[in-house]
Amino acid sequence: MIQEFKKVWKHYTIGILWLLGLLWPLMGIHPDGTLTFQKTVTVWSYILAGSFVCLMIYVMKAGDALKFIATPASRIAGNIRTFATALPTWVWISATLIFALAYPQFAGRYGTDVAITVLFYICLGLGLNVVVGLAGMLDLGYIAFYGVGAYTYAILNITYGLAFWVCLPLSALTACIAGCIVGYPTLRMRGDYLAIVTLGFGEIIRIILNNWMSLTNGPNGILGINPIGIYIPIFENGFTFEHIWVKKLQFFYYFALALVIVAVIAVHRLNFSRVGRAWESIREDETAAELMGVNTFIYKLLAYAMGAVFAGVAGAFFAARMKFVSPESFTFLESAMVLCMVVLGGMGSIPGIILGVIALIALPEIFREFQSYRMLIFGATMIIMMLFRPAGLIPAKRMGTRSEEKEG
Amino acid sequence: MSLQPILELKNVHSGYGSIKALKGLSLRVMPGEIVAIIGANGAGKSTTLMTICGIVKAEKGEIYYNGQLINTVSPEKLPTLGLCQVPEGRRIFPRLTVMENLRLGAFYRNDTDQIMEDIQHSYKMFPILGERKNQQGGTLSGGEQQMLAIARALMTKPKLLLLDEPSLGLAPIIVKQIFDIIARINKEEGTTILLVEQNANLALQAASRGYVVETGEITLEDEAQSLLNNPKIRKAYLGE
Repeated sequence: MIQEFKKVWKHYTIGILWLLGLLWPLMGIHPDGTLTFQKTVTVWSYILAGSFVCLMIYVMKAGDALKFIATPASRIAGNIRTFATALPTWVWISATLIFALAYPQFAGRYGTDVAITVLFYICLGLGLNVVVGLAGMLDLGYIAFYGVGAYTYAILNITYGLAFWVCLPLSALTACIAGCIVGYPTLRMRGDYLAIVTLGFGEIIRIILNNWMSLTNGPNGILGINPIGIYIPIFENGFTFEHIWVKKLQFFYYFALALVIVAVIAVHRLNFSRVGRAWESIREDETAAELMGVNTFIYKLLAYAMGAVFAGVAGAFFAARMKFVSPESFTFLESAMVLCMVVLGGMGSIPGIILGVIALIALPEIFREFQSYRMLIFGATMIIMMLFRPAGLIPAKRMGTRSEEKEG
Repeated sequence: MSLQPILELKNVHSGYGSIKALKGLSLRVMPGEIVAIIGANGAGKSTTLMTICGIVKAEKGEIYYNGQLINTVSPEKLPTLGLCQVPEGRRIFPRLTVMENLRLGAFYRNDTDQIMEDIQHSYKMFPILGERKNQQGGTLSGGEQQMLAIARALMTKPKLLLLDEPSLGLAPIIVKQIFDIIARINKEEGTTILLVEQNANLALQAASRGYVVETGEITLEDEAQSLLNNPKIRKAYLGE
């Protein structure tokens, strides 16, 4: 145990001193020019004490002093894992579905609101997963297509009074066209260059939304968008339909849930199709894919446009939910956020992305009490997650599963 | 054997930007042959194959495949014509399973039943791939990866197979296996093979004819056996 401690104490000391150096300018320098040390040292000593306890636990674990706890704990963890894998997939799916369906009944207004945001981001994450996870193209301007979808519905609804269900396919179409327009010149690039160019195009679309006053009303945004309207049958006097607006959050939640279910099924089907295989071959080795007869350009464009379609559809729902759109909702930060969700959850894995979205949306909500420190905690959680699960929370399953299909 | 060559290069120039790798290279391959291209590092062997496949564009000269000019045919169309390359360094898809790699070889084909049959056939030809069909390509050993790369190319049902350095980085016993397989493909499937190799001795033993490439040009062309006996070749490429 002493030996273990000797190994790590140097790093620990350097780290904790570095933290002090980082904390003091943040907490000790005040805008009026005064310098204080009291508060910094207090906070620092808390962190020191906390991290020292963690360090001791780590050292004890490394020195086998915690065997009496660790052995049963790992056995329990192992049991849980075997139990989880023993359950067939449909059990998981139906359990998730039942939970999702029942959720608004006990969650309350705030909980439902957060859940709707989660559902939007799941749809976005699944779309980005097609581009990044399957086709392997790093897209940093993805949120622009979300904006295109949202604005399409907003503008068509305000100017022409078109209903949501008419605009939904149109939103998908315009996002798809935008994807092709952006993709056509950019997809000739690879890797880092592609990332930079998509970042640029994402910003261009946002700036257009911001400056095209006559069409988009600029930074003021568009107000008064209609929510989703549906017809429900009434049986009271004969058989008639009544038109109602979906204004209640709980009601809207189910529409968002339906959107996500459709998206999950679509991505699942794509993943297992010939097209999905082509995308993965492009991700693995573009030249080899070309030699095997995959038209890499067309398939890359298809992936890009497909991702844009998902974002466009989600955007239309977003506009219907918020009844207001403005360019501020579609900044680079949002793109980065969606990308984080995909990477954190596990590229190419649908349950992983769902979990990643929940983690990244729910965590800041849970830590809301910590106020300005919540982003710090958020960052730390992400670093820790990436250290311990570099392939994502639920890495994409590869071996065996996919190859069993239709084998003779 | 028909008189029309399956592949003919006439005075082909190509390169990477200002670097000219091929300076007027001409060669012809007749149907059913195994032809070897040998040469030193950087002589332009791999570039020759990449130019045939259109990955590197030919700046000048003509490439005919079965009498059809294929200079401007895009690379992904070539497998449909029956021309496929096993690229240097194997370049299998590392995170896809063996099975998926093979299915990608049959990408342009729509006949699912026939594809499944062909996959079974390649498992028979390469039993090790059958054992590892659900393993990721990247976890295979070098020799197995080479076999996978060849099997994947065979899934395109090629009439002409281009092989780039199949012996690269492999143990001698594996190399022998690979060359046995190449000979078998040529004999059993009737596939014409154009082989690029640094290991001149092996290549010329397997081939019926050989070309020697030096700095982007063919300097010598002969029957493989006479090349093997050629004192100049023995000195330059066989280390005697």
